[in-house]
Amino acid sequence: MSEMLILGGHLIDPAQGIDGPRDLLVRDGRIAAVEVSGGPAAVARSLPKELQIDAAGLVVAPGLVDIHVHLREPGQTWKETIRTGTAAAAAGGFTTVVAMPNTTPVNDSVETLAWMLAAERGAAVKLLAMPAATLGSMGREITDFRRLVEAGAVGFTDDGKPVLEDDVMRAALVAAAELGVPVSQHAEDTTLTGGCSMNAGRVAFRLGLRGMPAEAESRIVERDIRLLREIERTNGVRPHLHVQHVSTAKALAAIRAAKAEGLHVTCEAAPHHFTLTEDAVGDYCTNAKMNPPLRAESDRLAVVEALLDGTVDCIATDHAPHASHEKEVEFERAPNGITGLETALGLALRVLHRERGMPLARVMALMSAQPAEVIGLRERGTLQLGSYADVVIFDAGAEWNYAARESRSRSKNTPFDGAALLGRVRATICEGRVVYRG
Amino acid sequence: MSKPAASDASPYECGSLLTVEHLSVADVAEILATTARLERMAAAERARVLVGRTIALLFYESSTRTRTSFELAAKSLGATTTLVSDKSSSIEKGESLKDTGLTLRALGAEAIVLRHAASGAPFLLARATGLPVLNAGDGMHQHPSQALLDLRTILTRLELGGGTSQVSESRPGAPGSEAVHAKTLGGVTVVIAGDILHSRVARSNAMLLPRVGARVVLCGPEELLPEEALGLGAGIEGAGSLEIERDFDRALRRADVVMMLRIQRERLAGVALDLTEYCARYQLTGERLAAAGPQLLVMHPGPMIRGLEITDDAADGPQSAIEEQVAHGLAVRRALLVRALGVRV
Repeated sequence: MSEMLILGGHLIDPAQGIDGPRDLLVRDGRIAAVEVSGGPAAVARSLPKELQIDAAGLVVAPGLVDIHVHLREPGQTWKETIRTGTAAAAAGGFTTVVAMPNTTPVNDSVETLAWMLAAERGAAVKLLAMPAATLGSMGREITDFRRLVEAGAVGFTDDGKPVLEDDVMRAALVAAAELGVPVSQHAEDTTLTGGCSMNAGRVAFRLGLRGMPAEAESRIVERDIRLLREIERTNGVRPHLHVQHVSTAKALAAIRAAKAEGLHVTCEAAPHHFTLTEDAVGDYCTNAKMNPPLRAESDRLAVVEALLDGTVDCIATDHAPHASHEKEVEFERAPNGITGLETALGLALRVLHRERGMPLARVMALMSAQPAEVIGLRERGTLQLGSYADVVIFDAGAEWNYAARESRSRSKNTPFDGAALLGRVRATICEGRVVYRG
Repeated sequence: MSKPAASDASPYECGSLLTVEHLSVADVAEILATTARLERMAAAERARVLVGRTIALLFYESSTRTRTSFELAAKSLGATTTLVSDKSSSIEKGESLKDTGLTLRALGAEAIVLRHAASGAPFLLARATGLPVLNAGDGMHQHPSQALLDLRTILTRLELGGGTSQVSESRPGAPGSEAVHAKTLGGVTVVIAGDILHSRVARSNAMLLPRVGARVVLCGPEELLPEEALGLGAGIEGAGSLEIERDFDRALRRADVVMMLRIQRERLAGVALDLTEYCARYQLTGERLAAAGPQLLVMHPGPMIRGLEITDDAADGPQSAIEEQVAHGLAVRRALLVRALGVRV
């Protein structure tokens, strides 16, 4: 039997509606007691000092859940490995991450999925995966959803690419609905984005770069919503569409309307889309290049509003490591993506909590309980009795500046090097094990 | 927060010319004054200005005028030049722009003139090498030396300050001796017509000319001239302005200068264009020129596609300054090389 006591912290657990001082007892990797600080049972155990964590002045919350990360393994280990990527996750307060399938080979088979999830990969936190929706993520033929779900898949996506064909997307939504998992869509009408490397508009025109219009995102979202409606009517199942990294007011409006209509649509927003705009591209900064791109200020504000009003279900980083030699090239040639696991909490607290007044408990829900719900994850994203002891302990008032060179990730491609963050992780605990101390 | 942290100091060597946005009106005046001083110098004296200095010309895209004029400009100043092109170098083997730049620096290059198909490539090269980099055209972004030579051509032909100085400095009131300032092109309307979307020349001129007082009118069909082009006018200090006029004939009636642009077939990428209709609406012909009046100056950065955006009679007539532009190119590029290497003349 192993035990751990987290004493004197301010516990926030949105799933239980707790937002106050509590002590937490962990036993054998699970939550064994949640008690008012100084309460009888937990403290009475008086565990030896080395098994106690003093959380006085700190927030104790469910470990963060990121349903959108690229860990680059198998096949792209010069960018990241499961070991280094999950170490970065732990440093950022995350205890569960969901790996995207655009590895080499593409994770479209039970064999690759099992290889990724195997203990030998050395994941520091709970690793889950969304395999490819179509074979090779080529958009033509859907993968074996049933076998993949049995092997642990928590959803399906061709992330990095959209599932463009109506018939293929319909088949994916129906197959996923029968298994109770979401299809996670990278919404981009690639017929509108050929050769494009940033958001369409005045900045792109000035820089002489081809721009992706907002419609490239919203058209696919609108198409997918139409498919949901058709499937509910004709197939007798209720498919779940999850829209990844929503970046435009137009797509958010479509999602808001679909939710009001009662369709099962969820969506995520990435920290860079609610903190930065296309202006960050500056002098062709490739660390401000990702897909979907940084948008106009009006779109950034729309993402913030959608986080505040509940249209956005969760925050997901789209952590996308790339080696410096890959990013230090001509802007149009540089790969899309930035790292994000270590900066997500600090950006969310700074922009949503401090600047926009979102209650701390809401921020935590967007980063733990709600993403867990999107993928139907049980016993995580909450500190209920019996749940896995996935815990983040952080100093909510600490102001600090991120230093990319200190990152646990193998790659340092972040536009937030030196950026001011709010809230610093002091400890991350996954299934009762301390996986990070800061 | 809407911007990532950035250092205050410019990461670019001060002799670099990456975009006209980096040029103040005083910088423009200084470059044109240097141009005039170098032009007045005896050839033998000029040939000593950059003696012993090494300049690399790095060309990832084909070029006739720009490459040759930079090369001749450097040689006329006594510099050693080396030309590296993507077709005959390790670039073909996959060497990156950064490594190519570092190699040139290790071989003694003190400045690099870069032509590249990717917008922004000169910024990368300048950051990677720390050398002065002269942007000789990057993708659809900028062609600053072209805008400067166009400005000099206009100043000379309209006999305004800052152009070719045929007069001695002892006659301060004479045309050409006055430094360029924010109102030098006050009252002058320059029409830039054609494929604005894909044109680095259009972007450079649309940003430079209003700074010295010109009213710039962009003219072209929606597909080649989106409304966002007006953003080029944002933050312009100076007395000029930027606007869009879709009707070429109406634009020409107000124009003192018209710059014609080639349709860039290599960059069209999916833009469907009816060339017959395009020519009917936007081709500069002898008739259009006659209707606009004899004062209208005709310019073209080259290469021209005769019979498409311009006809022979318009290109070769007395109102054309196209060959003078080329000559001014040589002169202005001398000044840019001297500036890049921090030499005072």
